[in-house]
Formats: sequence, structure tokens, C-alpha cells
Amino acid sequence: MARSVYEEFLYEEAAMLDEWRLDEWLALFTEESVYEVPRAGAKDSADSSEDLFYIADNYFRLGHRVKRMLDKAAHAEWPRSVQSHMISNVRITGSDEKGVHVTCRFITHRAKNDVTDTYAGHHNYILKMVNGELRIISKRSFIASDSLREQGKVTIIL
Amino acid sequence: MPDTLASQDKTQGTSLIVDDREGGLFRVNRQAFLDDEILEQERDKIFNRCWLFLGHASELPNPNDFVTRNVGGKELIFNRDRKGEYHAFLNTCPHRGAMVERQEFGNALGFKCFYHGWAFNNNGNYATRHQPGVYPEDFNGDGCANLVPVKLQQYRDFFFVNYDNGANSLESYLADSRMILDLIDEHGPNGMEVVGGAQKYSIRSNWKLLMENSYDGYHALDTHETYFKYLTDAIGGPAEMPKVTNVMNLGNGHASIEGDAPWGRPVAKWIPAWGEKAKTEIEEIKREVVSRVGEERAGRICQLGRNTGIFPNLVINDIMAITIRTFYPVEPGLMDVTAWALGVKGESRDFRKRRLDNFLEFLGPGGFATPDDVEALESAYRGYAAYKLAPWNDISRGMSRADGEPFKADDEEQMRCFWREWDRRMGAE
Ligand code: FES
Ligand SMILES: [Fe+2]
Repeated sequence: MARSVYEEFLYEEAAMLDEWRLDEWLALFTEESVYEVPRAGAKDSADSSEDLFYIADNYFRLGHRVKRMLDKAAHAEWPRSVQSHMISNVRITGSDEKGVHVTCRFITHRAKNDVTDTYAGHHNYILKMVNGELRIISKRSFIASDSLREQGKVTIIL
Repeated sequence: MPDTLASQDKTQGTSLIVDDREGGLFRVNRQAFLDDEILEQERDKIFNRCWLFLGHASELPNPNDFVTRNVGGKELIFNRDRKGEYHAFLNTCPHRGAMVERQEFGNALGFKCFYHGWAFNNNGNYATRHQPGVYPEDFNGDGCANLVPVKLQQYRDFFFVNYDNGANSLESYLADSRMILDLIDEHGPNGMEVVGGAQKYSIRSNWKLLMENSYDGYHALDTHETYFKYLTDAIGGPAEMPKVTNVMNLGNGHASIEGDAPWGRPVAKWIPAWGEKAKTEIEEIKREVVSRVGEERAGRICQLGRNTGIFPNLVINDIMAITIRTFYPVEPGLMDVTAWALGVKGESRDFRKRRLDNFLEFLGPGGFATPDDVEALESAYRGYAAYKLAPWNDISRGMSRADGEPFKADDEEQMRCFWREWDRRMGAE
């Protein structure tokens, strides 16, 4: 498929996150999927069985992450933050039996309590057509920094 | 014996604490979190005089290994020399101050300053060959061109530094908190190791609030409601709060809370979510622990968890995973946190994954719990802006228990241990 198909998909995903349509967002993932945010500065090869990450969700925990974010008792996101997800430099980097590997750069802004935090980095996706729809098999978000000293936390989906 | 008891009576303490044992009231003035001047005094009387956690032996497995890190506001090199001896040096060149090592970790026979090229062996000795005639014959006769060593001692695999050359030994400083480090070290037959790097983040609040929070048994249900909802689903049954809880005053401002809890522990408490195969493996792990340390101690290691605060700023959570955490004030209202995961040396990949999952789902910047703690600490800090009109924090919970009745983890005695030591040190001349 053309790159624009994947690009379009990622723009839609970003809109779901900006608009806090998290149930819709979760539906983009298959039940075998993972969502991971390795430690800032980690290499693309980082492995959540060996390295300390910030987030290493299977589908079960990801479902609860979404539930949590929509729950008033998730104090870090209540009142909820305002976010803006920017996607660019979308490239297809390969494909294998798991799916098509797509990478892009991101800048995500999160504003709460009069503080705006910026997260920049790149996402590595594995995407696959399932029953005629593009779905996420794996999303890994790499933060381009050596730490989270600036932002303090990742309570949102990057 | 804790080395503070003798001097406890002599000092007046600060006027920022009210410790009314008869009235059952303990209060801390919010100014203690706000003042630049108090932070200056904390640097001087606490961070420059207490033993501070530097690193774990597993971070330097081989001769010539090094890590660099900031401890108590000072850049340090923690390394091993050619013979395997451990050292800690100030990471500042004796020439004009540049950092002689700027990588986070590595293996090096020596350090070479990038500014003018001064070189040092990894035992800290000046090793530059300069042309004759530029420096006096006996240059460095007094060691002025060597890296400056920092007082370094270890207890088990935990290394600490102290910037006060007159400080008492680490052993006497740690007092009864050594028992906690012993228990940690006994999780595996070959000791423990730091796993896959550190989480480094920040909190826009005062550092002492994180110490309180780290062993606050009173906030869990309110602050972490969403985590317990998740846990209920993950363990396949209601997540009950600990039934047995203890508070241990470990001396010198150190304290710990201990109790059972609903989550699984890689060493060694099974939950259904881990499956039958893991159950067999856990039983095996438990048998090994029992055979090594005995039934009673194994019960403590496998069934009970502990949140421990070692004064002033070392937190060891031995709960669903084992974390080491330190934090330092940058400003009164800003701290830098560093957290490491400890795992059993040689544990299987599956158990390592379970351990890291346990860590991540509760703790750290992306966990289901820590960010809510951070929100609490940051919102408290915003509240303190009104300290003149609302001056006091209350830390009295459980204080008026009858004499001899043990404190529970949701009493606030562990925090009072911290504050009494803080007050003693801050009041001392
Ligand atoms: S500052 Fe290090 S050589 Fe000059
Ligand atoms: Fe908490």
C-alpha cells in the first residue's frame, strides 16, 4: 500500500488521542498487541524483559490504562490534560510476517496546571490489515532525551 | 545502637516541628518546604553530612568499570580500578574543573580531561606526562593534581558516600536499617543486581514530601484507587489491603513499614494470572529460599513486603518489585528523582519480565500509581503558598496509641521518625 494510507491512519490515531476518544483508540489494537515506552534515550532494540521501561503494556494492561485515563480517580489526568499530537516524517521501513513496519517522528504537547510539557521522539509501528481494516500490532514510542527530568511523567498516550 | 540517641537530648531542634507526645499531636510547619534558606541548611547539615546512596556493586561487575552520577548535588565517578578496588571521586578536573568523564557508564583504564588533556589513572592518580620545565619538579607532591576522592563505604552490595570526612561509620549510621538490606540481599542465592538502567524524572515539589509518601500507608486506597481496580482484575479476585502491618523504627531517622499484600512477588508469592507453570517455579524458588535462610525469614522475604526510608533520601520498596530510589532537591519546589529496579541474579527471563511488569504497572513515571502520588505532592506544594495563613501539616495519626501498643503502617510514626531526625540535624550547630 502507498505510504499515504499509513500516514492517514496515523493522523487519525493522533486525532483520537487529542480528542480523548480513547475507546476508539484502543480498538485500533489487536488482542496480541503491545504498547511500549522504553526509558528515554533507549535504543530501538530495547527489550521490556531485560530493561526498565516506563510503559510495557500488553493488550490487557493497555485496556486498563484507557479505563484508568477515563476514570476520575486517575488523579494525574483529572482534571484531564489538554494535548496536541503531531506526526511527521512517516516512512515505511520494512515488512515481515508480523506486518508492515512504519516509523514516524512525533511531538506531543501536554498541558495541565498551567504547565506545558513537550515530548519529542519517534514511534515504531507494526501495522497489519485485519478483516479489511488497518490495525496496530505493536507501537513503541521512543523519547528523544536522556531522561524525563523535564516532563516528570508519561500519563498520556504519546 | 543508633549513633544519634546520645545527642538527641542536647539539641533544641528547630521551631518548625511540634512534637507533643502527651497531647498526641505532631505538626510540621510548611515553611520547612518553602524556604531557600532552609534548603541551604539542608545541603549543609544533611546532604553534606549523611551517608548517601551511591550505587550497587552489580553496576560495576568488572575491573575498570565506571558509572557517573550526581549525588547530593555533586558530580561523581564511581568506579573500580585495575585491581578491582572500588573508588568514588569528584568528577571535576583538578586543573580547571571540567568533568573528566562525561559518559553515564563504561570501562576505562583511566580518565582524560577533554579540556586541556590532563590524564588520571583509574585509582585517581595524576598521570599526565608533561614537558620538563613547565611545572615545578615536585608538582603534585601533595596530590593536588589527583582526582579528589570521596569517603566511600559499602554495606553488602550497597555503596554509600559521605562528604563529611569526620562522619561515623556507615554501619553505625545505617543502624537497624541494615536488617532491611540483609533481607533484600537474601532474595536470591547469588545476590541481587540492578536491572536495565534507571528511570530519571522530576517532581515539582519538595523532596521531603516524597520521603513521606514513599512509606505512607494511609494514602494507598484513596490515591491509588485505579491501581487497585486494575489489580483486582489482574489477580482474578478482590485486591485486599494488608491485614498484618508493622512499623519499624530503625534508628537515626530510618524507618520501615511491613505487611502482606494482594499482589504477586517474583520471590516468591504466586498469583493465578501467572499460570500453573509459574506456580511450580515459584514453589521451587520458595523451597530454595527456605533451605538457605530458614522458614521464618523466608516467610518475611516471600510473603511480606516492606517500604523503607533510609535517612535522608534513600527509599527501598520491596513490594511487588524491588526499587531503589533517591531524590535530591534542585530548588525547594523541585526535585530530581532516580529509580532503579533490583532483581535476583540469575532469575529466568520469564520471572525478570514479571518483575519488571510488576514494577511498571505500579511504579515510575508511566505507572498506574506513581503519577498520582506526584499529582498529590505537586498539589500540596501549591497549597503551601498560603503557608502564612495555613501554616501546619498534621502528622499525628496513631500518635496517641496507648503506651506499648504497636504502631500500624497507616499510622504516621515512620514519618515522625524522619522528621525527628530532620529536626535534630537542622537544629544542631
Ligand atoms: S580542566 Fe581538565 S585539563 Fe584543564
Ligand atoms: Fe502512593
